[in-house]
Amino acid sequence: MRSADTGTQTVRLRIWRGDSQAGRFVEYSVPFNDGEVVLDVVHRVQATLAPDLAVRWNCKAGKCGSCSAEIDGRPRLMCMTRMSLFDRDSPLTIAPLKTFPAERDLVTDVGFNYAVAGRVPPLAPRQTEPGEHHRIWDADIERVQEFHRCIECFLCQDVCHVLRDHESNKNKFVGPRHLVRLAELEMHPIDTADRRATARHDLGISYCNITRCCTEVCPAGIAITDNAIIPMKERVADRFFDPLRLLAAKLRSRPDSGPAK
Amino acid sequence: MGAALSELRELAAEIEVHSFDVVVIGAGGAGLRAAIEATAMGASTAVVCKSLLGKAHTVMAEGGIAAAMGNVYAEDDWKVHFRDTMRGGKMMANWRMAQLHAQEAPERVWELEEWGAAFDRTGDGRISQRDFGGHRYARLAHVGDSTGLEMIRTLQHRLAQSDAQVFMEHTVISLLTDADRISGVLSYSRSDGRFVLLEAKAVVLATGGIGKAYRVTSASWEYTGDGHALALRAGAELADMEFVQFHPTGMVWPPSVRGILVTEGVRGDGGTLRNSDGRRFMFDYIPPYFAEETAQSEAEADAWYEDKRANRRPPDLLPRDEVARAINSEIKAGRGSPHGGVYLDIASRRSAEYIMKRLPSMYRQFKELADVDITTDAMEVGPTCHYIMGGVRVDPETGASSLAGLFAAGEVSNGLHGANRLGGNSLGDLLVFGRRAGAGAAAYASGAGQSGRISASEVSELCADALAPLTSEGGENPYQLQGELADLMQSNVGIVRRSDELAHAIERLEDLEERSYQAHAPGGRKFNPGWHAALELRSMIVVSRCIATCAVARTESRGGHTRDDYPSADQALGRINFLLRWAGPKTGPSTGGSLELTTAAVEEMPEELAQLFVQGQGS
Ligand code: FES
Repeated sequence: MRSADTGTQTVRLRIWRGDSQAGRFVEYSVPFNDGEVVLDVVHRVQATLAPDLAVRWNCKAGKCGSCSAEIDGRPRLMCMTRMSLFDRDSPLTIAPLKTFPAERDLVTDVGFNYAVAGRVPPLAPRQTEPGEHHRIWDADIERVQEFHRCIECFLCQDVCHVLRDHESNKNKFVGPRHLVRLAELEMHPIDTADRRATARHDLGISYCNITRCCTEVCPAGIAITDNAIIPMKERVADRFFDPLRLLAAKLRSRPDSGPAK
Repeated sequence: MGAALSELRELAAEIEVHSFDVVVIGAGGAGLRAAIEATAMGASTAVVCKSLLGKAHTVMAEGGIAAAMGNVYAEDDWKVHFRDTMRGGKMMANWRMAQLHAQEAPERVWELEEWGAAFDRTGDGRISQRDFGGHRYARLAHVGDSTGLEMIRTLQHRLAQSDAQVFMEHTVISLLTDADRISGVLSYSRSDGRFVLLEAKAVVLATGGIGKAYRVTSASWEYTGDGHALALRAGAELADMEFVQFHPTGMVWPPSVRGILVTEGVRGDGGTLRNSDGRRFMFDYIPPYFAEETAQSEAEADAWYEDKRANRRPPDLLPRDEVARAINSEIKAGRGSPHGGVYLDIASRRSAEYIMKRLPSMYRQFKELADVDITTDAMEVGPTCHYIMGGVRVDPETGASSLAGLFAAGEVSNGLHGANRLGGNSLGDLLVFGRRAGAGAAAYASGAGQSGRISASEVSELCADALAPLTSEGGENPYQLQGELADLMQSNVGIVRRSDELAHAIERLEDLEERSYQAHAPGGRKFNPGWHAALELRSMIVVSRCIATCAVARTESRGGHTRDDYPSADQALGRINFLLRWAGPKTGPSTGGSLELTTAAVEEMPEELAQLFVQGQGS
């Protein structure tokens, strides 16, 4: 792919073009430079060959979660995927997220994620004395800070088999992103609500069968399965199947030692 | 709903029409906070934003929220913060805004905590505060180095609990006015290209900045100065447009990431700037204005991180304008790094563990995008266009602009930061004045009676004008025009300015404006970024003209405005704000004389506040 005379390289891309009705892969060939990421070459296609090529992006530094796509079949952020990763002669395939309805080109309708977000009951902070503020210990806050790193790129939602393979599941299961949100609230040191019934009935936590695909694709490095979903599943199981353990847990918990659940 | 509106419905059946008390444009920190406040006050509220919810520019803010909570240094209070803000802004800030901000920021931070924000903690369980440039005490509440993400997500979830209606991926084309007050907002939906008309009693602009007008920038595609241009063309006044902040530390290599922000927190947490000789060159650039409060030796600077009472602040943490100019000079003198920056070194000064805990996203950013491990190697950094201090001139208490019914908050507004913004004061600005503007707009709306009339013919005209790029065969490529503009501004209205270059820029901008209205975007109306680029180009050019026009007028160097031909500050000009009004046609290309430049005296602060600046007092 390197042309000796200019020092620049050329890449062939197969980009999905289309809308909710129909679409196909279109091949483009553009130059690229050392250090560039996939989003750079997609932008080059847009600026020089296909001005109407639809693609989302904002930060170009892995902070906003806008530029999700499936690159050679793997869900990734285009802005954090270096071109140097792909060292071979066949074209690079860039497709929109499959789990969500196609809107146009690389842009999908991710409205599902915003629609179901409201199913997770919000924070219910414990009261402080007037003029006082919460005292929270590092170790307690660090646990939820991991979940707060989520940039809502929805790659976990995209790769989740429950959502990806069965459209009808979207009525029953909110997906890993929102189970992370559940965990961050449930483990929040100042929260007082109990969302276990919600987790079971409205969020469909039992649909998750722990294949860990979500964890693998998370660009923020959140241990979605191990640190969020499994502990939540355990809490829900406790609540519904073991009233004695629940009672014991309640007796053990004190107001100042983290979540009283 | 007025008669004009039903008429309009017949006239243009494909236009979707809604009606609200308050329409907020922009969903970054200021817009979300404004909408939360407006709904809390009972106003029916809409939020219109160009991207998906939670992706606005605030998400990229790194360092923290400046708020004198006194958690780390009990001596800190609003007066010290107020003084830092005024001095950092070279005494050009609106004193009342600086006061309100310093007084209210702590409440706004604690409120975020009640809403779920998970701030880093001090050893005794309170919200931790970090050092930043220009702040006397460690003052920034933070979440690692991704404080903006925490803030936007917290506000987004809070807003979701209200009944505000969000129009995601909608771009505003024009503000609508009835005589001399706001009557609505014309936008289009990016996903399907249809026009959406929002009748409104009050509008809050929270559209952020203008960074895309420059080649090397920390801004995303959204930063095209839409709000500035919308306000100006609707009849509101802009002020201080010459003051543009170049953040001293953007990435410089590889070219793909040039301009991406490197948080000031690196220096706040102990990082230091060095040139190619390994020299900590900032000691050579301490201006007399800050000499009294700046360390004069490396030993004192290093000791300051541990003990702020006995030592003065390192020159690496001078306000951003000073540091950016110093870096610029080092590079020009040939003492830069291989890729045209200087070195920012924290690796040799702090443990890898500390760096990973305090600066995790910087670590990832350099590791993944530049193959640099910041725990073992120095970063290469250089100035990048980051922020505009100028904007819509507002009333400090309510955010009201000079146009009835139009409010503004955050970067699009003017006043808090004067000639130069201190790091950390932006996020506080969004919260304090977002809330105030939301409240101001809701109160105005409840007393406004009937909505203003919307002219059907004006709307049709605006729609036709917006659709023109789709059919203007033979016009230029909007992306290329945007690139040409960015290069023009970068080299002629950049970090150091000169009268001949400014004159050249103004001439070229007029030509670019003509051509921008001929730009052609092939394709349809559905999610067509080329079409979008053609439309936002118009805002970018208006704003660029504003910056250049004020930059010509300010024949001195001050804060975010440096003139090669007028290198020092001018006392008299330091007491004057430059104001701009639009005198051209409401749509289409303007004529050369369409910007009206006037001046206003910087408002004098009351005596008890002025006392804070008497020599030696609390410095
Ligand atoms: S553009 Fe923000 S994550 Fe890629």
